[in-house]
Amino acid sequence: MSDCIIRVKDLTKSFGDKVVLKNINLEVKKGEFVTILGPSGCGKTTLLRLIAGFHVADEGVIEMNGQDLTGMPPHKRALNTVFQRYALFPHLDVFNNVAFGLKLKNVPKEEIEKRVRKVLKMVCMTDYEDRDVNSLSGGQQQRIAIARALINQPEVLLLDEPLAALDLKMRKDMQIELKEMHQKLGITFIYVTHDQEEALTLSDTIVVMNEGVIQQIGSPIDIYNEPQNSFVADFIGESNILNATMIKDHRVSFINKEFDCVDEGFGENVPVDVVVRPEDIHIQDDKSKAVFFGKVTSCIFKGVHYEMLVTTNEGFELLVQDYRYYPVDSEIGMSIRPEDIQVMKKERICNTFEGTMVSANEVEMLDGARFTCNDTGLSAGTKVKVEVDFDKIDMLDDKDAGATSAQVTAILYKGDHYHLTISTYEGDKLYVDTQDVWDKNDIVGVAIKPEDLRVIKAE
Amino acid sequence: MRRSNWAIPYFIFLLLFVLLPLVMVAIYAFQDNSGAFTFDQFVKFANEPESINTFTYSLEIAMITTVLCLLLGYPAAWILSNKELNKSSVAIILFILPMWINMLIRTLATVALFDFARLPLGEGALIFGMVYNFLPFMIYPIYNTMQKMDHSYVEAAQDLGATPLQVFRKVTLPLSMPGVGSGVLMVFMPTISTFAISELLTMNKVKLFGTTIQENINNGLWNYGSCLALIMLVIIGVSQMFVSQDDLDSDEKGGLI
Repeated sequence: MSDCIIRVKDLTKSFGDKVVLKNINLEVKKGEFVTILGPSGCGKTTLLRLIAGFHVADEGVIEMNGQDLTGMPPHKRALNTVFQRYALFPHLDVFNNVAFGLKLKNVPKEEIEKRVRKVLKMVCMTDYEDRDVNSLSGGQQQRIAIARALINQPEVLLLDEPLAALDLKMRKDMQIELKEMHQKLGITFIYVTHDQEEALTLSDTIVVMNEGVIQQIGSPIDIYNEPQNSFVADFIGESNILNATMIKDHRVSFINKEFDCVDEGFGENVPVDVVVRPEDIHIQDDKSKAVFFGKVTSCIFKGVHYEMLVTTNEGFELLVQDYRYYPVDSEIGMSIRPEDIQVMKKERICNTFEGTMVSANEVEMLDGARFTCNDTGLSAGTKVKVEVDFDKIDMLDDKDAGATSAQVTAILYKGDHYHLTISTYEGDKLYVDTQDVWDKNDIVGVAIKPEDLRVIKAE
Repeated sequence: MRRSNWAIPYFIFLLLFVLLPLVMVAIYAFQDNSGAFTFDQFVKFANEPESINTFTYSLEIAMITTVLCLLLGYPAAWILSNKELNKSSVAIILFILPMWINMLIRTLATVALFDFARLPLGEGALIFGMVYNFLPFMIYPIYNTMQKMDHSYVEAAQDLGATPLQVFRKVTLPLSMPGVGSGVLMVFMPTISTFAISELLTMNKVKLFGTTIQENINNGLWNYGSCLALIMLVIIGVSQMFVSQDDLDSDEKGGLI
């Protein structure tokens, strides 16, 4: 309790009809480097702005040192922000930008000068005091923005994608400096980024977010090695995500082969997802040690290792990394160690929709779209639940050809097929397994054959 | 045809209708009736208390108008650009709408309004008319600057501990200065040389410098009229240099000039 500096409880926020944060719960320990990681539009910046006080939450509480921050304006909160585009005051020079916070508090002039010089030295910007902020490079502006926030000696520093505007080399250097700064100052950093590598490099704790929901909270090692769902596995690092069946404890089957694993407690013959990192698929030159075989279809040099696409004899495509070079078309044998197989519970095994019967063989669901189904004998107006398997939804090129239309919002490759998330205009989500290649944001027509709709009368 | 040739018609236009008249004003100002070179016109101006009084009075009225426009226009522009206070663009259109109507018609309407309300025409009516006519020229550049201002500056100031008043004083106000500069210029320059408004709204009782120039030229005193016009041009030129210097230094552009 005592070492928890920021506590977020049941936080919900929407802009208009759009819910951007759903039921967020988070605890940040004193002195921790916490990164909120997620794709753009996942609500990470909104969460940071709620903590800073620029937005007001619809529901829920943010506490700092046990004190409820609700209703407290930003200027009274003992935390400071480094903004994404720095927001340095263009009418002030470097010294006055950095001194801004101290001048507001009427700190004596000599002390201001001393502290500005000290903090500028820390960000390696000594002798820049009189410079116009517009004459500085991106990286220099970034340093001044950090200095301006740190001079107030905040208990918590909020950083909103501070390195996003810098080039790669600069970003790497700044990452190291930020990490050193954090260790030296010992204050709490809450850092927002969409760059998974940055998150893994910097953080003590990573909070992975998607679509306004926290997917997983853990150390970088936990998040990388034990992702809790396929979103986290796909978002952090390279991975092979595959459909699998948990045969029994410590035994899982995928790519038409059986493997030993270390997971248990899923039950018997339960469909699951497995994640295997590309570096964890070992190429066995001694064919007797190999468990499965395949042919290299592409091989790219990546500096430290080679990245290969391998098609197994059973027809699954896997991403494999190895230090050794195997030319295209070479036949290789592979194995995976039990501890390198991460088994994840499937979030769903089929689509489930709520609908209403229009007639005995027609159902209305997904905001007014009508689908023909086999004769159910149910009367019009009956509330029903409709189940559809992932591979039974047809996606049509012509968006007006189906019963409704939807946009592709997420794509996951699962070795031998794509698992797509498509969203209707009203925001309902459908999950589709397909062999066809679609691009993100494609708009497609949705059709389902009558015999593939499983209509169940709602309780 | 080369692209630079396209500029020729504009160049001829500028030559005939801007540069030539200016040169003629300058030449006339230094000539006597017979066309000989002389400083007599300026000596006449310096020795004629009436002209100097009109001149200082015009400056005074222009300054009062500018200050009143600024006092009324700045809060208006601030409210209009504040997304929480003003969610639609209707209000800004209403403020700009009078600019669609000819200034003389607006001024005649003001006269009718004063008649209707049985208010006396004179200095008060003159200042009212000037402020009414030129207020949009003050509001619009300030509004424009404020609207383009990155909101993260305000947030950064709040974040560093500034109260709403301090945010305004230390961030919003200094960053809106380019707009203020443009607005002041847009109001001050035309008010110095106005004569129609003063004629109509004071029944010709109050004389402004613009009126004096017009009278002299109407009465065939081209040389003296040109001399007065030249003096006014220099004053406006100096005031423009004074304001736009600040503008050039700032990257936060967005004023009208």
